[in-house]
Amino acid sequence: MKKYTYTDKKDTRSGFGDGLLEAGKRNPEVVALCADLVGSLKMADFIKAFPERFFQTGIAEANMIGMAAGLTIGGKIPFTGTFANFSTGRVYDQIRQSVAYSDKNVKICASHAGLTLGEDGATHQILEDIGLMKMLPGMTVINPCDYNQTKAATIAIAEHHGPVYLRFGRPVVPIFTDADQKFEIGKAWMVNEGADVSIFATGHLVWEAIQAGEKLAEEGIDAEIINIHTIKPLDAEAVLKSVAKTGCVVTAEEHNRLGGLGDSIAQLLAVNTPTPQEYVAVNDSFGESGTPAQLMTKYGLDAEHIIAAAKKVIARKKQNS
Amino acid sequence: MKQDIEQLKQTASQVRRDIVRMVHGCQSGHPGGSLGCTDFLVALYFNIMNNDPSFNMDAKGEDLFFLSNGHISPVFYSVLAHAGYFDKSELSTFRKLNSRLQGHPTTHEGLPGVRIASGSLGQGLSVAIGAALAKRLNGDDSIVYTLHGDGELQEGQIWEAAMFAPHNKLDRLIATVDYNGQQIDGPTEMVLSLGNLKAKFEAFGWEVLEEPHGNDMASVVAVLEKAKSLTGKGKPIAILLKTGMGYGVDFMMGSHKWHGVAPNDEQLAAALAQLEETLGDY
Repeated sequence: MKKYTYTDKKDTRSGFGDGLLEAGKRNPEVVALCADLVGSLKMADFIKAFPERFFQTGIAEANMIGMAAGLTIGGKIPFTGTFANFSTGRVYDQIRQSVAYSDKNVKICASHAGLTLGEDGATHQILEDIGLMKMLPGMTVINPCDYNQTKAATIAIAEHHGPVYLRFGRPVVPIFTDADQKFEIGKAWMVNEGADVSIFATGHLVWEAIQAGEKLAEEGIDAEIINIHTIKPLDAEAVLKSVAKTGCVVTAEEHNRLGGLGDSIAQLLAVNTPTPQEYVAVNDSFGESGTPAQLMTKYGLDAEHIIAAAKKVIARKKQNS
Repeated sequence: MKQDIEQLKQTASQVRRDIVRMVHGCQSGHPGGSLGCTDFLVALYFNIMNNDPSFNMDAKGEDLFFLSNGHISPVFYSVLAHAGYFDKSELSTFRKLNSRLQGHPTTHEGLPGVRIASGSLGQGLSVAIGAALAKRLNGDDSIVYTLHGDGELQEGQIWEAAMFAPHNKLDRLIATVDYNGQQIDGPTEMVLSLGNLKAKFEAFGWEVLEEPHGNDMASVVAVLEKAKSLTGKGKPIAILLKTGMGYGVDFMMGSHKWHGVAPNDEQLAAALAQLEETLGDY
């Protein structure tokens, strides 16, 4: 198992804030909108650097999405910022008609995704957003795993033409990817090559998958770990290549098991090479209040659950053979 | 070339013929609101706006129009065709399979003149504000126009946008309300009354113009000229334009019944008998 360490921890939303500032420096057409959550979205540095290119919309997310669509007419590259729940479910029809169907170059940037939002509870912990966004034709869906990857992804989506949903989170988590990485949309990252099981992880679950991989290695299980930061378009080649080698799959995500990364992989495998798969995901329920760590344990989204899923799916593979 | 009032009336007559023929041709669509808004759209595209039918999506240095109540697509398509955005022969494909003239306007099929999809109501004012913000950033003094149904104002997003525009002093934005008092389920005052619309917009910080004769071409041009003269003075401008749903075809007028109903062959003939063919049918 390849060794991953970290010396620093940061929230992925800070990666977004710093990436937005950098994207703004590189391209004068980059503009930003926020619905009364500037501090939470870490947009202060962008606003300070480019006050005329920032629009405070107030608590009016539908208007924010529509205005972002309009800003593209005239060549702007708008980044909208609010919590994931208010970035997707609240404004689904606005995104559908004014952004996706209208082919507008809007970047919908969503913080506080998933259970790790913590104490605010289920009203704010959206676990359906990946599903909602990936069903929209033409929408790119990205869920980076740490500060560095989120920053790189933010810079990359400014250079990509087309609507994008970028999902990140609130808690402070280890930084284990390269600071100077080039983020390639739609290109999976090989975290660790292995032969016994493919673990496909996204977002905060990537670090958990690495922890799981180390413990599995101690038990003689050689896990391949692949980071699927771009859920749509899915890197089908990387998934199929890995599965051809390992013959079984664990998917890990901070999302409902319905409609997330696991379903995207299952669909790909079902039509190409049906493969035993276990989901590490929220089992079709809402969240609740608690600390992020408590919630990830209670809802089964940690290294221990990835280990259990890996062992189970390896046993299923052996049964089949 | 700016058309004068007489020329505008001639154009409007042809557009009305196109509307009833298009809706008859596919036995589907919304003739009532289309007929009611014909004079407004003709005035806008043939007299008021500075726009380029060679069509560039970004529209730098051009006035812009956004149709928020997308169901009146027949009048929009006919006006765009006569203004030179695409050939009028394409009007015959309205609402048919593989057409660029979808039931509700879309950019998805690449139809020149359309810059946003509309149909799900309440979204156009926000889009127009975004476009106006882009113009301001680009140092472009052109004007952004919108049209909304009065029933559409029941959508909450409209009022989010209505709050944003004055706060940000978007004073090159002219939003017109097709104030025909009708919606699908009946008169607006019965379905969900709009109350004092003028006072509502004024309370939000808009300059409001009322035009009771929205189907009189000279009056429509005059109110739009008046609105233009008020741009650049720190406030967005709303026009409450009283129109008659179905205007120009006697049996379609003054009722919500022709909101989304197509005429049969006999009704088509009766309608066309009332509308002079001025520019040649498609």
